[in-house]
Amino acid sequence: MIISVGIIAIFLGIALLLGIMASRGKDMSLEQWTVGGRGFGSIFIFLLMAGEIYTTNAFLGVSGWMYGKGGVAFFNIAMLNYVIAYWLTPKIWAYGKKHSLLSQSDFFEKAYNSKILGTLVAIVGLAALIPYLVIQLKGLGIIVSEASYGAIDPKLTIWIGTIAMIVYVMVSGIHGSAWTAVIKDFLILGVVLFLGIYLPFHYYGGIQPMWEAIEAVKPGFLTLPDSGFSASWYISTIMLTSLGFYMWPHTFVATFSAKSGNALRKNAIMLPIYALFLLFILFAGAAAILQIPGLEGGAVDLALFKISTQTFNPVIVGFIGAAGLLTAIVPGSLILMSAATLFAKNVLKPIRPQTTDQQIAIIARYSVPVIALIALYFTFSGGGAITLLFLMGYGLVTQFVPAVVSNFMKKNPLTVQGVSAGIIVGVSIVGWQAATGAHLSKLFPSWPSYIQDINIGFLALTVNILVSLIVSAFTRKVAVKNDETTNKKTVENIS
Amino acid sequence: MTRKKLCYLLTFIAYFGMPLGIPFIKSAEPYILGLPFLLFWMVLWIFLGTGLMIIVHRINPSAKEETE
Repeated sequence: MIISVGIIAIFLGIALLLGIMASRGKDMSLEQWTVGGRGFGSIFIFLLMAGEIYTTNAFLGVSGWMYGKGGVAFFNIAMLNYVIAYWLTPKIWAYGKKHSLLSQSDFFEKAYNSKILGTLVAIVGLAALIPYLVIQLKGLGIIVSEASYGAIDPKLTIWIGTIAMIVYVMVSGIHGSAWTAVIKDFLILGVVLFLGIYLPFHYYGGIQPMWEAIEAVKPGFLTLPDSGFSASWYISTIMLTSLGFYMWPHTFVATFSAKSGNALRKNAIMLPIYALFLLFILFAGAAAILQIPGLEGGAVDLALFKISTQTFNPVIVGFIGAAGLLTAIVPGSLILMSAATLFAKNVLKPIRPQTTDQQIAIIARYSVPVIALIALYFTFSGGGAITLLFLMGYGLVTQFVPAVVSNFMKKNPLTVQGVSAGIIVGVSIVGWQAATGAHLSKLFPSWPSYIQDINIGFLALTVNILVSLIVSAFTRKVAVKNDETTNKKTVENIS
Repeated sequence: MTRKKLCYLLTFIAYFGMPLGIPFIKSAEPYILGLPFLLFWMVLWIFLGTGLMIIVHRINPSAKEETE
């Protein structure tokens, strides 16, 4: 026990040290703090963005779903986002550079020339980021408590981890996250490869024998069910997560920190190979199915650690715990920083326009602990399995897609009113579903299951697009009239 | 077909190829490379999709403009 906790503590110390040192020799203006002065090359960008794949959701959620739901969990390695990223992120980057944007909400404010839309996007972004941060903190608690064989209370570790995060985010901003991402990714890839190969061979004598043993005990578990988490849920969820990946306020901002558009294109191409390592987490989760029977509900998230502590000595458990700790605090710190920037720059500044940029930079830093405390409150009060919280956040941020994509069309078909209405409707549907647990099969019991099973976030997106287009069509006429009058004025001014 | 159009076509295949096959996968068998068929299908498309996007990147005119 002491050995495993010791190893975790050492890694926490290294992360903290690297995080704090990362700011040396740089004046921490808001631009340095949030987007690293837009100077990150391919490798850092890759670690910042691809690192986003290996959060506590990958570690605990993916193995937990494999354990609890079987073949449905395979959606996690789909990662079609790279195809979209290839075309979209260089455009977002170029736009961000041209207009010196620092946050996702800046993008909307500029593209649609509306401060109110910027604030709306910031609020939705915050609403999606907080559950995402809660996931990381919850995961942090589970990981360290399990790796200490239950000796350390999860609450204590959540507090310690959060304080470490607050310190290095306040000092170094994105530089801190980038540096700790390096050790995090090496450690997690090593751990994941080891677990995913060792466990199936140790317990079943190989990978295919493992699947066959599972299939013999639970027939049909390794393919998709006909209803519920069926093929239509599977496909719509893959599409939703592929569209949403770059719509998270923090991944959107990570795009801005790139050096060039080509750095982002290459990054997109490499991404799926990197995501392939999730395969080994699936193997490890599958190994637990027959070895650790009986975990249900939120407890499925424990599958990976239960089988690890049963199989390995404390040294190895310590390394697994350390990898898990870093999967919580690296993405957690990026989320925290983005949330703080959004709050200071895009919620507070519009309310108090007289605030100077220097003051905004200071407010952003000092809102870090405040946001962390809010997330801590929800972590200690709420329940729910990790992957479900994760998908709800995706449902929210995906509502930004129509507005971002249409901004890059030759003639933007959407108006600010259309975009705002679409986002509000889409977000309301996702929020309503999350709050009430409503499911289409209850609302429309006669519909066929391939429609009922479609991911609610995806349906919300469809309604969002329709509403955006309709409202835009109506408001366009007004806008065109205004354009004509401004054009006349400019002509008059020139002459 | 212009280069840009070919790029879009390959991108389209890389994106939709994998999901379109999913409804037809009804059982864990056949196991290929030790994986249940659904998982094999996903892994296969990681390689096919990446291959397609590498080709896209080679011929994409807007990627060239930037490096020159």
